[in-house]
Amino acid sequence: MTDQQPAIRLTGLTKEFGAVTAVDHVDLEIGAGEFFSMLGPSGSGKTTVLRLIAGFEQPTDGTIELFGDDVTRRAPFDRDVNTVFQDYALFPHMNVLDNVAYGLRVRGIGKAERNERARRALASVRLEQMADRKPAQLSGGQRQRVALARATVVQPKVLLLDEPLGALDLKLREQMQVELKQIQRDLGITFIFVTHDQEEALTLSDRVAVFNNGRIEQLGTPAELYERPASRFVADFVGTSNLFDDRVSQALLGRGGVHSVRPEKMTVGAGETGAGIRNAPGTVAETIYLGSGIRLVVDLDAGVRVSVLEQNDRNRTHDEDRGDRVVVSWHDDDVIALGGADAAAPAPAA
Amino acid sequence: MTTNATAPAPVRGPDRDDGSRSAIRRPRATPARRTSVFLSTHPRMRLALLLSAPLFWLGLVYVVALAALLVTAFWSVDSFTGQIRTEWTIDNIVTVLTGSLYQTVTLRTIGVALLVTIIDVALALPIAFYMAKVASPRARRLLVIAVLMPLWASYLVKAYAWRSVLSQDGILEWLVSPFGLSTPGYGLPATIITLSYLWLPYVILPIYAGLERVPDSLLEASADLGGKTWPTVRHVVLPLAAPAIIAGTIFSFSLSLGDYITVNIVGGANQMLGNLVYTNVGAANNLPLAAAIALIPIAIIFGYLALVRRTGALDNL
Repeated sequence: MTDQQPAIRLTGLTKEFGAVTAVDHVDLEIGAGEFFSMLGPSGSGKTTVLRLIAGFEQPTDGTIELFGDDVTRRAPFDRDVNTVFQDYALFPHMNVLDNVAYGLRVRGIGKAERNERARRALASVRLEQMADRKPAQLSGGQRQRVALARATVVQPKVLLLDEPLGALDLKLREQMQVELKQIQRDLGITFIFVTHDQEEALTLSDRVAVFNNGRIEQLGTPAELYERPASRFVADFVGTSNLFDDRVSQALLGRGGVHSVRPEKMTVGAGETGAGIRNAPGTVAETIYLGSGIRLVVDLDAGVRVSVLEQNDRNRTHDEDRGDRVVVSWHDDDVIALGGADAAAPAPAA
Repeated sequence: MTTNATAPAPVRGPDRDDGSRSAIRRPRATPARRTSVFLSTHPRMRLALLLSAPLFWLGLVYVVALAALLVTAFWSVDSFTGQIRTEWTIDNIVTVLTGSLYQTVTLRTIGVALLVTIIDVALALPIAFYMAKVASPRARRLLVIAVLMPLWASYLVKAYAWRSVLSQDGILEWLVSPFGLSTPGYGLPATIITLSYLWLPYVILPIYAGLERVPDSLLEASADLGGKTWPTVRHVVLPLAAPAIIAGTIFSFSLSLGDYITVNIVGGANQMLGNLVYTNVGAANNLPLAAAIALIPIAIIFGYLALVRRTGALDNL
């Protein structure tokens, strides 16, 4: 990070709802111009952190600084941050242009100027011809872009996005991801993006904070999170992991503790030889055809079920069937050590 | 029991009987079943059976009664015998439109209804907003009950309660006399106060329902974009609540327009349109004139409904 003021600095941020601690002493610095994602399962506190930054909730403890300016006790309308809501929150009684111009209108900017600026913002999301429509007459993707134009027309220092792509179908979602990244580069402002979709977070972000139980479990670049997860939770939540508990690690790796190997780092065959190669025999339990790849679920004799991702490329010559005896191979360098037996972590999802 | 020929062959021998018994078979065609089949394949017949009874009742009670009222207004009464003469005349309409008594009472009634409506909306808006957007779910349920509770008591009981409250030695006098004020006594102000009280739940409930449908995120979005409290109320809350508010005013306005009991109980010597109708039906024995007077509030309400129809408020009733 540079020696400039960070766009957002959270210090000891805590939010309690009655007996529930939604956000638990979060310290975080987000740089200017960064595309930052907060990733986590529902109830992990990521949305609450976003709402605290926006000012919709008051923290129980801790401070929020915006470019070095303490905004903890300021109302939402006194903060230079804007939000793109999960449900878009477009005003249903106003047309698209009035929606986008709303932030300028309540700031007392004259009709001619605010309409001009709103039109430019709409043009930047390619919706200028929709200016007279009501939100109800737009598709989900169009509403999403109107919400984006409405939040950016007032030139915030930080844009908060609360699962903005959650309601879109897969194709549109991928298209909007590209567009979001483009808009963020064009505007050059900080984006804070909340999502429960790990793929989305990895695709879009400069850095990602993985939330769990109101705390940041790990903070890093997408590659760091994926290649070097710091905990069993992160290994399991970011991407797919084959987790070996203490007993299985002893049997397969010859050492204790929790370990993980990514499915694409494993191969299925007759066994390989070479320095650092580990082989484990097992029985194919399921084969799932994915098009570009094949996912094989193998029950290893060591007593663990692993998922192996094989590329469907021209090197692939054999087809496994359920019940076939195979050998699963991987390299020791691809084994991620996740510390001692972590009893607190949830069981890995299938 | 023999093996059912249409049932799939059971796999295991000893379970043969059990297997065929538990298999799903076509039910027998009982009369009830045949009726159901007939109805489910004839949607128009279904609709006819569903609606014919209520529509008959509605037609008889509402439409025929209103038509009778309209027709009666164009008849007259023989001043000598007191019998109704069924010859067409517009004398009653002319009397009602030109008579200064009727004009005064009509204006007074409209004035009372408008004031009651304004007071009720002014009271209902903050209460409904608190219920819909601020209160906890538990407090919200309690408030809904509290708002509905007065409706459990009889209209007359409530009107007489206000008579007692407003009387010269009533609780209001006792409350405000230390501040050098006194009760308004019986008259139009008392009528307005009592009617406002009586119709308040009918105004709160639609506004509450309307505000509850406004997502919280819209209010947050307004604040997020820089809207302080008043701009948010003016540009977001009121426009979105407008149909619900108008729906509420239809209740308070039309109920006030037709009321004649409250004004009798707390209104002193003042008369409203309902009183004129009542007098003409009873003491004056002039049913045609009463019918002509009764057409005034009907015309006003129709005008009001036509005015608000374009706001979409009628969708919220």
